[in-house]
Amino acid sequence: MTTATDATLETWASQEYKYGFVTDIETDSLPPGLNEDVIALISAKKNEPEWMLQWRLKSYRHWLKMTEPTWQNVHYPPIDYQSIIYYSAPKQDKDRPQSLDEVDPKLLETYEKLGIPLQEQEALAGVAVDAVFDSVSVATTFKAKLAELGIIFGSFSDAVQEHPDLVQKYLGTVVPYSDNFFATLNSAVFTDGSFAYIPKGVRCPMELSTYFRINALSTGQFERTLIIADEGSYVSYLEGCTAPMRDENQLHAAVVELIALDDATIKYSTIQNWYPGDKDGKGGIFNFVTKRGKCQGRNSHISWTQVETGAAITWKYPGCILIGDNSVGEFYSIALTNNHQQADTGTKMIHIGKNTTSNVVSKGISAGFGQNTYRGMIKINKGADHARNFTQCDSLLIGDKCGAHTFPYIEVKNSTARMEHEATTSKIGEDQMFYLNQRGISTEDAVSMIVNGFCKEVFRELPMEFAVEAQRLLEVSLEGSVG
Amino acid sequence: MLEIRNLHASVEGHEILKGVNLTVNAGELHSIMGPNGSGKSTLAQVLAGRDTYKVTQGEVLYEGRNLLEMDPDERARAGVFMAFQYPVEIPGVNTAYFLRAALNSIRKHRGLEELDAADFLDWVKDKMKLVDMDERLLNRSINEGFSGGEKKRGEILQMAVLEPKLAIMDETDSGLDIDALKIVARGVNTLRSADRAIIVITHYQRVLDYIVPDFVHVLIDGRIVRSGGKELALELEEKGYAGVEQKNAATEPITS
Repeated sequence: MTTATDATLETWASQEYKYGFVTDIETDSLPPGLNEDVIALISAKKNEPEWMLQWRLKSYRHWLKMTEPTWQNVHYPPIDYQSIIYYSAPKQDKDRPQSLDEVDPKLLETYEKLGIPLQEQEALAGVAVDAVFDSVSVATTFKAKLAELGIIFGSFSDAVQEHPDLVQKYLGTVVPYSDNFFATLNSAVFTDGSFAYIPKGVRCPMELSTYFRINALSTGQFERTLIIADEGSYVSYLEGCTAPMRDENQLHAAVVELIALDDATIKYSTIQNWYPGDKDGKGGIFNFVTKRGKCQGRNSHISWTQVETGAAITWKYPGCILIGDNSVGEFYSIALTNNHQQADTGTKMIHIGKNTTSNVVSKGISAGFGQNTYRGMIKINKGADHARNFTQCDSLLIGDKCGAHTFPYIEVKNSTARMEHEATTSKIGEDQMFYLNQRGISTEDAVSMIVNGFCKEVFRELPMEFAVEAQRLLEVSLEGSVG
Repeated sequence: MLEIRNLHASVEGHEILKGVNLTVNAGELHSIMGPNGSGKSTLAQVLAGRDTYKVTQGEVLYEGRNLLEMDPDERARAGVFMAFQYPVEIPGVNTAYFLRAALNSIRKHRGLEELDAADFLDWVKDKMKLVDMDERLLNRSINEGFSGGEKKRGEILQMAVLEPKLAIMDETDSGLDIDALKIVARGVNTLRSADRAIIVITHYQRVLDYIVPDFVHVLIDGRIVRSGGKELALELEEKGYAGVEQKNAATEPITS
């Protein structure tokens, strides 16, 4: 590009991460370190039943025997698990606020600043929000309205108190406590997260959403989300994430479990905008997450949509276990790595039932020194007659210092299966930019036009209110990537 | 409208344009002809602002402004349009969306109201008839999967939509069969007007049977070696570039 454009681009590049502020709030934190006492303390602070504590301890003991995985295509310095704070919560006068009016105004202000008003009268119409701040859920909107329909939506901690039967019945049934290093760590120390249950035949009338915010220094966020869609129900759920700018890396190791019974549908969307580190790769969140859905019932449907623009390292494979006959699993992903960000993400689709279908559309965008890996596994088990999979995996490179990598694994044990895999890699060409410029379109608009065009199929899957937000986020994250 | 003075340009240290002089006024249609490698396309690209070509000497004035100081998108908004010899494919970007964005950026620059999607559609549909283009192409990605002829007609369509003041057509005729050539020529002829200048760059005389130029220039080895009226094209056809070059090797500024 020309020098004049370079200058504009540099101004952009120096723009700061918009959500990098810190809320000055008194916290109740445990000292750093992890042992059985810490776990017991977390459990006690949450007033958990004995079975919950035992599950945590079982996980912890198992974790001690595990080693951190190294097969993923990302690089980071060793994590010192004893220097992490496993519990940090804003201090409150009472044990927990009983209503939104009792939530610390500083917290409300924080979410206001993030563009998430928690006062119901100001909240986005049609979106119920559970706000998780460091280790605890601080507020949930529209809880009462949803309860009228029998929908349970709120913090995981509340669910353990109020609906222990549901939690006990489903917890760990999709991601077992022993699943993998980070999921097992989460099982031992998870502090909060969201819980949703949609009763039989109910179509949830609003988007459910959780907004995750890491605030405290040296704190790890280990949240756990559990969503159960009972027979014939429908729910669309969205999560968003941000964190302050810090020079050190912070660990976010979450677990999400989805369960869809007969004829139920769950749409789960993520807009992940954790602090990505500075332009030299200093700081940023390690986003090591295990997300999995179980299509347990016939004709059930689970759809994952993710827009991953933040985090220093993203390492996740939202997948589906397709048990029910005719069930459908979907994965739509946009992963963007700019500067020194790394992403190793994709999906796992396990076909068990007959006539099961999975669709995978992955769009990786690499800019700056970013490294982007798609890793996907499609497994067709013996009994999965007439299973079908379609995978499309596209990479877009901006500049010549970034990388795109693809690792598709396909395992077919049934000869009636139909598999399709398409992959492309392209580069935003100088000739494309010149063509658009020559028609009067500025360089910045040209980049976002090309990138948005590249991601179109995934944006279409997002709830309307968030598709626009996601597009804007992509533009901001790409600023300074073309020069 | 356009004044090119002693323009020298090189790519990767290799000098291609070696002192081009040319003046183009509003309402005129100029044709620049020349053999392969003479610098025709380089001239077009330099005028449009492609930065792979370095201008080493000379100046270009466009409506009294120094064109060479302007970014490519700035030039476009100021009314400079180039029809590409090889129109670029941009997967995923809807043609109608792109054209409307381009039109609105130019309209904004001209102080006109931006068009919404419905108004734009009316606007563009009229223009599509001019080049016999199927409206369905509007919903496809830019140039993706277009035939060679569709791409070239698409360039004329864009020109018709964007209404430039100065249009440079870089070998728009190459690779077209006679029917497509006639359609392209009809489009260009319709767009000729008293306040618009057009430069048709071509290798072959053939296109000039359909688009009759006011002036013809012969570009050989980075210089305009002869200028004349439309009959010069016919002479070229008869004698070839070598014959024309010998007859007049003058390099003094030629104005029209």
